[in-house]
Order: sequence, then C-alpha cells, then structure tokens
Amino acid sequence: MEIDRADGRSPNQLRPLSCSRGVLNRAHGSASWAQGNTQVLAAVYGPKAGTKKNEDPEKASVEVIWKPKTGQIGKQEKEFEMVLKRTLQSICILTIHPNTTTSVIVQVVHDDGALLPCAINASCAALVDAGIPLKHLAVAICCCLAESGLVMLDPTKLEEEKMKAFVYMVLPNSILSVLPEESSSVKGEQMDHGLITSVTHGVMSVDDYLHCLERGRAATSKMSDFLRRNLQPRLSSDSSMAG
Amino acid sequence: MGAPNAAGDWSSEMEVDAFRRLFPLCYFERHLSESIRPDARPLKRARDTIVSLGAVASSDGSALAKIGSTTMLAAIKMEVMTPSVDSPDEGSIAVEFHMPPICSPVVRPGRPAEVAPVISKQLFDSLLSSGMIDLKELSLVKGKAAWMAYLDIYCLDADGALFDAALLSAVAAFSHLRIPVVSLNDEGRVVVVSKELEGEKLVKEPVNEERRKLSLNSIPFSLTCILHKNYILADPTFEEESIMETFITVVLNSSGQLVSLYKPGGPVLAHTSAIQECIALTKHRMKELQEIIDEAISIMEVD
Repeated sequence: MEIDRADGRSPNQLRPLSCSRGVLNRAHGSASWAQGNTQVLAAVYGPKAGTKKNEDPEKASVEVIWKPKTGQIGKQEKEFEMVLKRTLQSICILTIHPNTTTSVIVQVVHDDGALLPCAINASCAALVDAGIPLKHLAVAICCCLAESGLVMLDPTKLEEEKMKAFVYMVLPNSILSVLPEESSSVKGEQMDHGLITSVTHGVMSVDDYLHCLERGRAATSKMSDFLRRNLQPRLSSDSSMAG
Repeated sequence: MGAPNAAGDWSSEMEVDAFRRLFPLCYFERHLSESIRPDARPLKRARDTIVSLGAVASSDGSALAKIGSTTMLAAIKMEVMTPSVDSPDEGSIAVEFHMPPICSPVVRPGRPAEVAPVISKQLFDSLLSSGMIDLKELSLVKGKAAWMAYLDIYCLDADGALFDAALLSAVAAFSHLRIPVVSLNDEGRVVVVSKELEGEKLVKEPVNEERRKLSLNSIPFSLTCILHKNYILADPTFEEESIMETFITVVLNSSGQLVSLYKPGGPVLAHTSAIQECIALTKHRMKELQEIIDEAISIMEVD
C-alpha cells in the first residue's frame, strides 16, 4: 500500500547523509553528521586521566554530555546521555587504557526527526577521528510504524509525530571479510545482525517490531558503505597518522 | 573441574565469600553452567513479588511493591488544574522517580543517581503510551478544570530490576486510586469537598458524586532480562546487573502489544532469537503479575 511521504521518498529510502570529520580545532576528535535536515555535532576529548567515583577503574570510561539546541537540560536529555553512553561503551575497547575517561559532547544543531540515531552516528565518527580504539563501528537507524502497518525508515519530525510508534536501533556495521560467510555466523544468524541498542516509543505489536528490525538490518548495509567510504580517504592523506 | 585461569587455582583454597568478591564473573559462570543462580533460582524465574495497596494513608492512591529485596513506594496526589488549550477535555499525569540515599550505597545527597531521571521518563512514556489511563476520565469541567495526578515513586531498596518494580508499584497505585469529591464554590473555583462538609447543605451540587476509581485497560507489565554469552537471566539482582552489563527491558500491555523494548547498549549483541525469548519470558511474567495485582485488589476490597 503506497503512502506519500512529504518529501517524496519511498518507505525504504534514507535521507541524504553527509558527514565531515575534524570540524573542530581544539577537540581531539570531532564530526558533524547530517541526515536530511537533522544535524548533530559531536566532539571527543580524551582519553583523560582518572575516572569518576562510581566508575570501575579497571576499565576506561565514557562520559557523554548532551546539549540540546534550545531550552534547559531535562529528563529527555539525560535519557539520551545514558543510551549514548552505554552504546559507546559497548563499541569501545575498554581494557586498553584503564582508569581513563573519554568525554563525548553532543550538540544538537537542528532536530528534524531521528535525532538519537544521528547523534550516535556522529559520535561514532568523532571517536574514529580521535583515534579511540573501537571493536567495530555502530550504525544507527530510525524506523517508524504508521497506523496502517506500513514501516518507514528515517522519518522527519512531522512524520515521527504522526506515526503510531517508532524504533531507534543501533547495529554493528556490516562485516567486510575475506573469510567465507559460515565462519562468522552464530547459530545460523550473522554476527553483524545482533542488536546493540534499541529504544522504542509508542505501542506496536511484537511482529511489527521484528519487521522493523529486519528493515533496519537491510538498511544498515547501505549506511555502513557510506561510513566506510567517508572514513577511508582521510586516513591515507592524513600525514599525522602513523602508517 | 579445574578452570584454566588464575581463579580456578584459588577456588579450592578460598572461602566462598572471598571468591565471590574477588572473582565475581567466574563465580557466576560456575553457577550458570549448572543452570542455577547464587540465590538458588533457575535462570528464567523472577524473584518473589509482593504488592500491598494503601500503604500511604494521606494520599489518594498508593502502593508498596517488592520484587525480591527491591522495594518501591508509590503515592498519587490529585490536584485540580486548568487543562491545556490543545486538549481541553483531558487531565494529565506527572511522574517523578526518586532514589533517596537510603536505597543504595552509591547514592549520596550531593550525588544523585544518574538512572533516576531516565527511569522517570521511561515510566511516564510507558504509562501513557500503553493506554492504561484514559486522560479524558481525568477531566472535570471541559476547558476549565481537570485533574493532575502527581505520581511519586520512592525507591527504598535498590537491588536490581528497578524499572520493573517501579512500574508495578505505579500500576498498583493507580488501581488503588480514588478520585476525591469536588464541587464549585462561590467564586466558581473547584474545591475539594472535605468530610465535614458532606453532611451540610452545599450551595452547589458536587461535580462528581462518590469517590470513583479510574477504569484501567491494557495495563503494562515489564521484565528485565540480562544477556550473558548464551544465557538469559530473568529479573537480575544488583550484583548480577553490575557484573553482566547487558540488559533488555521488555514492557508488554495486557493486550499483548509491545509498549517498549529497551536495550541500552551493552557488550552482548541481541540476536532475534534472544529478543523473542525475552518477549516470551515477559508474557509469562505478565500472567504472574496480573494474578498478584488482582489478589491485592480483592484483599483491599474486602476491607
């Protein structure tokens, strides 16, 4: 069943992505990520010595500060900070630099839907720019469910508000491997199909949720390619990096 | 049964408590390989749950919920307010989750818990989007007066699965809630009718007759599960949560729909099979919780 999206995209089509790294001078790593009109700027400082009191000193810790575009910091921002912190902690290799803190500051430049996935993508690119050791990259996507049961990817703010429910999901980026496919699968499922993070809003049936997951997985391969292409050329021309 | 690491060499010489403190992950994995947990629960079973209604006498609705040692006290206070212009025939609710220092050694007066505002927001989203409360029932006079329900939840003991216990106590408090009787006074403002005035003749009739209950449909219930390697543990304690950091919280409402599936990062990736198993465990848990709440309501109605 066809539904007309305001900007004429098909249900599976993502908005134009753009990513630029190294936008801030003083930060150790920075990236600006834009998905259509939603734009987020992320800066990474670290690793710095010492951990906060409640954190485990045997591992590195990640601290996230979320700055909204306008208004005071409220519960929504604290929730985003917590989800972002836990997601980034699961992709960083925490045992390499124990007893250090890496700060990630996220500034919302414009919010036009899918804000949290945009911020996760920006933070991931900023971590790469800062040279923080990562296990794998993370790709975040938003998937929304209309009243009619149609699943659409990457909604704008207006679409998000009209929809019955939406899901933010974060998946590891697709594996580009020389090994044959069977060796990287776990119980018949691909290694890169596991879910790192999922946050949902609104009520949906369990089948709808699983359907959204499938659509999101299919779209991550496109985003992973974009991320790889974007990160690649910088490394070879960057003379300050070793190797 | 020698483990090929340093922990294994010590295990035969050390006391159990010392081993538990020094090598917590190894201690837990020894138990998990036998499909049991240190408190003798099978992996998929939740802790004993108790709900008691009417714990706070001065509030309009309250409940105390205990899941194992995790204790939550929820209380609802109703106040009259003017409804917003966009929804003149709807009341509203405000949820606040407090973690006072009594609940955990980690929380100090100058150092509030990071997780408290996050749980507040999640509770608010779950209660509203599950459709449990029809906000139109909270309306008094369209466009002029409506009820605002202030729900405060205090964590008295934080021993893991905080969101589950908080949601259970919130649901129980709402099922205990009795809306106070109000009437319009001379200046046209809505005032609460206190018990002494009920006997005298009132200038105007009360806006609502007796203290009525809210009708609750599609109540949300939740279950937090920990993922660790291939194991799924239901209803973790604080110790389990701090050692195995990946958890999924699934909230289902009584019509079987998914209200929220919350997995905030964590070292273990969730495959579809794990997600489906967590959802199945939550469905099972929902039946247990529904029985417990129904029993608590029937005990209260007998009194």
